[in-house]
Amino acid sequence: MERIREFVSDFGLPRIIIALFLVLLFVAAPFVGVSVASSLSNTIARFGMNGIMVLAMVPMIHSGCGLNFGLPLGVIAGLLGATISIEMGLVGAAGFAAAAALALAFAALLGYGYGKLLNRVKGDEMMIATYVGFSSITLMSIGWIVLPYQSPTMVWGFEGEGLRTTISVEAFWDKILNDFLAVRIGERFVFPTGMILAFCGAALAVWFFLHLKSGSAMTAAGSNPAYARASGIDVDRMRTGSVVFSTMLGALGIVVYQQSFGFIQLYEGPFSMTFPSVAAILIGGASVTKASIANVFLGTFLFQGILTMTPSVINSVLKTDLSEVIRIIVSNGMILYALTRKTKVAK
Amino acid sequence: MLSLRGVGKQYNGTRVLEGVSFDVMPGQIVGLVGENGAGKTTLMRILFGMGVIAETGGYEGSVLLDGREVRFKSPFDALAAGIGMVHQEFSLIPGFTATENILLNRESTRPNILVDLFGDRMSVLDRATMGLRSRKAIERLGVPLDPDTQVREMPVGHKQFTEIARELDREQVRLLVLDEPSAVLAESEAETLLAAMRKLAEQGIAIVFISHRLREVLEVADKVVVLRDGRLVKEAENESLSLRDLASLMVGRSFEGSSEARRPAERPSGAGFLEVEGLWVDMPGETVRDLSFSVAEGEIFGIGGLAGQGKLGVPNGVMGLFAAGGSVRLGGEAVPLNAPRRALEAGMAFVSEDRRGVGLLLDEGIDWNVCFSAMQLRDLAVRPLLGGLFKWRSDSAMRAVAEEYVRALDIKCTSVRQRAGNLSGGNQQKVCLAKAFALEPRLLFVSEPTRGIDVGAKRLVLDEIRRVNRERGTTIVMVSSELEELRLICDRIAIVDEGRLAGILAPEAPVEEFGLLMSGLGGRAAAPGAPAAPGRP
Repeated sequence: MERIREFVSDFGLPRIIIALFLVLLFVAAPFVGVSVASSLSNTIARFGMNGIMVLAMVPMIHSGCGLNFGLPLGVIAGLLGATISIEMGLVGAAGFAAAAALALAFAALLGYGYGKLLNRVKGDEMMIATYVGFSSITLMSIGWIVLPYQSPTMVWGFEGEGLRTTISVEAFWDKILNDFLAVRIGERFVFPTGMILAFCGAALAVWFFLHLKSGSAMTAAGSNPAYARASGIDVDRMRTGSVVFSTMLGALGIVVYQQSFGFIQLYEGPFSMTFPSVAAILIGGASVTKASIANVFLGTFLFQGILTMTPSVINSVLKTDLSEVIRIIVSNGMILYALTRKTKVAK
Repeated sequence: MLSLRGVGKQYNGTRVLEGVSFDVMPGQIVGLVGENGAGKTTLMRILFGMGVIAETGGYEGSVLLDGREVRFKSPFDALAAGIGMVHQEFSLIPGFTATENILLNRESTRPNILVDLFGDRMSVLDRATMGLRSRKAIERLGVPLDPDTQVREMPVGHKQFTEIARELDREQVRLLVLDEPSAVLAESEAETLLAAMRKLAEQGIAIVFISHRLREVLEVADKVVVLRDGRLVKEAENESLSLRDLASLMVGRSFEGSSEARRPAERPSGAGFLEVEGLWVDMPGETVRDLSFSVAEGEIFGIGGLAGQGKLGVPNGVMGLFAAGGSVRLGGEAVPLNAPRRALEAGMAFVSEDRRGVGLLLDEGIDWNVCFSAMQLRDLAVRPLLGGLFKWRSDSAMRAVAEEYVRALDIKCTSVRQRAGNLSGGNQQKVCLAKAFALEPRLLFVSEPTRGIDVGAKRLVLDEIRRVNRERGTTIVMVSSELEELRLICDRIAIVDEGRLAGILAPEAPVEEFGLLMSGLGGRAAAPGAPAAPGRP
């Protein structure tokens, strides 16, 4: 009994409940006529699509800037990279590489300003970050209309100017990572090897960085800024660096997401990226001050699993569309829960 | 009027006050003096019925007011009984006028129709009466205080008078406790305050005057009570006391011949290794105004002084943690101020007095705490990858280093992965020392190394400091409130008073010399017999 209680307290009750719920959904799936193979395939695909954006939470948590509610800024950088790559007419691997490279460049630039801003509002980072996210989305909504894009794939057909809300990447780099070394088992299961590799590569890069001397300085700056300062660390520089890093991961994340999804979603699109990413890392066991790569993997899998399974299974049972409701309850509930327990970290 | 009979108090088994008895007569000014931690504050808390006393198990002995025993449950009871208290820190509202502050929550009010409907909270302030009342209170004090000035615009002295006037407005006030009222005042303001106290005493109000400025105490008090280590060591009429007596009584504990400091002949001397000239440090509560001193290589140099006089500002300023100015040279090389990294690179390390705030990563393991600074500064436990392109943190090397220090300093822990926040105070302090030792500094600042740790651990910590000095030749600058500790291991001891150097003494100098320096009487009283001239080894 004692061991069970210890396990529950270590692993975190919410995570256990969510994991059990996910298992239950998979068990129930065949009985309501939902294919387990395709469900699993979907879950893995979504896991790969969202993983890097969840990873984008990690550097900022480590440096003490809290959860990256300003993720839309990174996403916007990613959208800029993707649209410019299409504008240049690059297709295939070259197009995707150009999109990613441009996205990273824009993200570094935007992230630097964002980092400088967060250094001025120490203690309120998460609130300010949320508004940075919101306002950048609105600002770019104007931007998408006025920027001089010409590519017929992207601009409104009747006007000839201004970007569409949804742009297909089919003719450019649709599923370019997903299909790389993809493994097909049966009719309904596809393992998107390339995309998962990309996610793992990004995770490895973050893990590697956090184990470097400079990554350690970032962790110390987040753990106790006064201590870090007394050890000769420029805390503000560490924080700015972490914000740039997080924003760049966000940008890369959305490009990977788009190639799998097949579409670039502009305007209000970035809104829907932040909360799921924040919720995922929290479900994974991170807190506002501590996060590990394991938290990212576990959290993304659990959260995206729930998201994939609920529409198919629950809707089949109840004959109504509840998926959105459950998604919102889980993600917001998780954020609320995590913000109330700032220190306790699940293993 | 007020009598304390055998008052004692323990906090969690630590005795802070024992068998204190004395009387206060109406119209008498009693000076209460003692070092930091002598029990003055606890005594006043008991007298004032502060909640913290009851929460920690009450007190022993009894407090008699007019011959009847009283046991206040809260400050309100004490107020009702006619005891007023003015605290060291101001509790005034900056945007309110003196009048409003003096009469806060005791305002004169006029009823109106709304009072009948909604109760007293709807009544209107009667400004005219309030003005009269505050003027009367200020008059009793006999100071030039404008009742209509906002507190934020007042000089410090006037804030202090406003605080006192607030206590005086209550007609029944018979006993006034003033806790370090002159600490923040300039000399002329302090004079006015003393005059005001005499005036109040003439009106029959008894005053307990807590101060470390012994001269003021001797000037104004009718009777002096000296506390040391929670005991009353002296209760005497003022006439029979000299400053020197008082200083010696306050600092106490005559040297018991067991000095473990080096004998004078063995002490390092020579050209200044650390030279500090005209240092000022803007550290809140510990301002350093103008300080110059010089430390010889291999020396253990002590810096003492009372709390708030600036001794803590010295290491914090030199290490770049607080804004500072002046010149600091280490081994002949200038060390830039306001740049922690440069100070560390110059070969200085600092064990902060703020262990939990600055000294430790409470959420990380001992290994991180011990190795982090050294890793950042001199690549301890760092393995270069790809020809030095990346600097990889070697967790196993960190653990090995930490384990070494855990053994060497006898840190009690379950493993080197244990979070620093879960260690006891003494062990946390040892981790802080290990962190500083791992930097292998040429000069080590140690600030309040024994604050908040138990007696056994104190011993160990001091031994470690001495050992690193002897074995590695590290020059030590130790800042401490505990004079005994400084006298135990230092080669020379500087006393800082009001942000300036009051004097430098040898550890075997008589205690009253130290006491006098701490009490701001350095210049005149300490010159004869002081073994070392200020500023020179």
